[in-house]
Amino acid sequence: MKTALYNLAHTRSGDKGDLCNIGVIARRPEHYPVLLRELTAQRVKRYFGDWCRGPVDRYELPNLEALNFVLHQALDGGALASMRLDTQGKTYGFALLRMQIDVPDDLPFEKLV
Amino acid sequence: MTTPFRIAGASGFWGDRNDALLDQVQGGPIDAVMLDYLAEVTMSILRLKKMRNPDQGYAGDFLKALGPPLQEIADRGIQVITNAGGMNPRACAQAVVELARKQGISGLRVGLVTGDDLMGALDDLVAKGVPLANLDTGAAFSTIRERVLSANAYLGADPIADALRRGAQIVVTGRCTDSALALAPLLARYGWAADDFDRRAAGVVCGHVLECGGQGSGGNFAGGYERVPNLARLGYPIAEVAETGEFVVTKHPGLGGLVTPAVMKEQLLYEIGDPRAYATPDAIADFTSIRLEDLGGDRVRFSGIRGGPPPEHLKVSISFQDGWRNAVALTFVWPHAVRRARDTEALLRERCKLRGLEIDAFHVDLIGLSGAHGAMAPMPSEEPNEVLFRMAIRTRDRESAKRFGEEISPLVLSGVPGAASGLLSGRPEESAIVNYWPSLVPRSAATGTVEILES
Repeated sequence: MKTALYNLAHTRSGDKGDLCNIGVIARRPEHYPVLLRELTAQRVKRYFGDWCRGPVDRYELPNLEALNFVLHQALDGGALASMRLDTQGKTYGFALLRMQIDVPDDLPFEKLV
Repeated sequence: MTTPFRIAGASGFWGDRNDALLDQVQGGPIDAVMLDYLAEVTMSILRLKKMRNPDQGYAGDFLKALGPPLQEIADRGIQVITNAGGMNPRACAQAVVELARKQGISGLRVGLVTGDDLMGALDDLVAKGVPLANLDTGAAFSTIRERVLSANAYLGADPIADALRRGAQIVVTGRCTDSALALAPLLARYGWAADDFDRRAAGVVCGHVLECGGQGSGGNFAGGYERVPNLARLGYPIAEVAETGEFVVTKHPGLGGLVTPAVMKEQLLYEIGDPRAYATPDAIADFTSIRLEDLGGDRVRFSGIRGGPPPEHLKVSISFQDGWRNAVALTFVWPHAVRRARDTEALLRERCKLRGLEIDAFHVDLIGLSGAHGAMAPMPSEEPNEVLFRMAIRTRDRESAKRFGEEISPLVLSGVPGAASGLLSGRPEESAIVNYWPSLVPRSAATGTVEILES
């Protein structure tokens, strides 16, 4: 079945120059393998489309059941030059949480959205 | 087991709550408190302030925060470490001494750490063959040399620790790593050796949790802010650090906030790159080694942290003038609000052409529909009640940026109908773009110098 990433994870995102990083944290330990499988760097890069003009790196933190994504050239030149509404990418984590992902039919999760 | 050393966080940026320091002092026992004021943007703003007035150029909010609890801080011997000095740490430290004198506190020792400001050393560095290329893009420094406004190296914890060992109770720095503000009192207390990378890394992680103020204890918590008690009186985080480097993050009882593993995970992941190599001048910290344990009652234990030797280079933050920007806005109401916003965009573009404005880039947000996330946000199937149309521009020509701001008000009478001008309207002023240029310098290029002042 498909569901919004929001139901399986929460995020925090922020800026470093023109880079935006998004920490994605599994809501439950059993959600982490689903994140590992579904959230590839390529998929995140495609999802952000022309809002992320550079590559996307993915890092795994199994100790925190979390992934860290670094989006390059993702802030229209950086917070200080950006013309966008969200100059620092503080809401980019929420943007990602809207992604529809495949989950096993028997995966327990709370339907929050 | 010996008593741990308690470090409190009390500021995450310039603009944070000024009453958080008072809360941290009055809320219970603490040994030290760290206050971070410097974001990437802040140094360039402070440089402009110093250019206008040589006595300015530091985060004056620190003095506002420090005033009310200063007597109690002095009486209890609480150490206060801050980078509020910004572009003018000497003036900031002198202002702290003045504040203490005004309150009748004598003998208070204030440490001053300088040496991060490389503005006057740039030509020398270039002559010595330091490329100062942009760390993210690889672009050559020569493309911005004439437009540089500030250049500051990120110093580490050792000079701050030195000031504390020499009896300073309050230490004011310019640019240093945020985590150094927490690691320094730990070095002064426990004397961890320069090659004790695991425990130094633990101090770095501790600083990373404390450096964002309330975000380390339930503020901005996307994992369930609804369950965070009393955000209006959010208690900022406190770390209880043992000599081994293990620590427990908590907060004062009686204040709001939440300390759980999920809250800690969000803060650990905030503004990091490769989690295996979080680099500071004091150590590289491996965030994949951190073990979290929920002790209940707003207490989370951190253990297992591994570190490695610091890099050969220091990061340097350079700011430079990079043109101008401006933004205008109108709210369109039902029906066909989106179509009328798009027609207004076309109209404004045509006006810019007619008036000969030199615009390098346009950007349009339809706030309420796709303002924050562009094409990632699916369009609703029904007509929206209203849409806030916002159009931003960037240009190298200040006059064009200024004149763009003059184009919006006339549209209320001579443009597309159904527009309310209440928000972001009038004649918006252009603003200077001060951009950010991260780079590297050899460690020898910037060394911290310590002085001790006394009230």
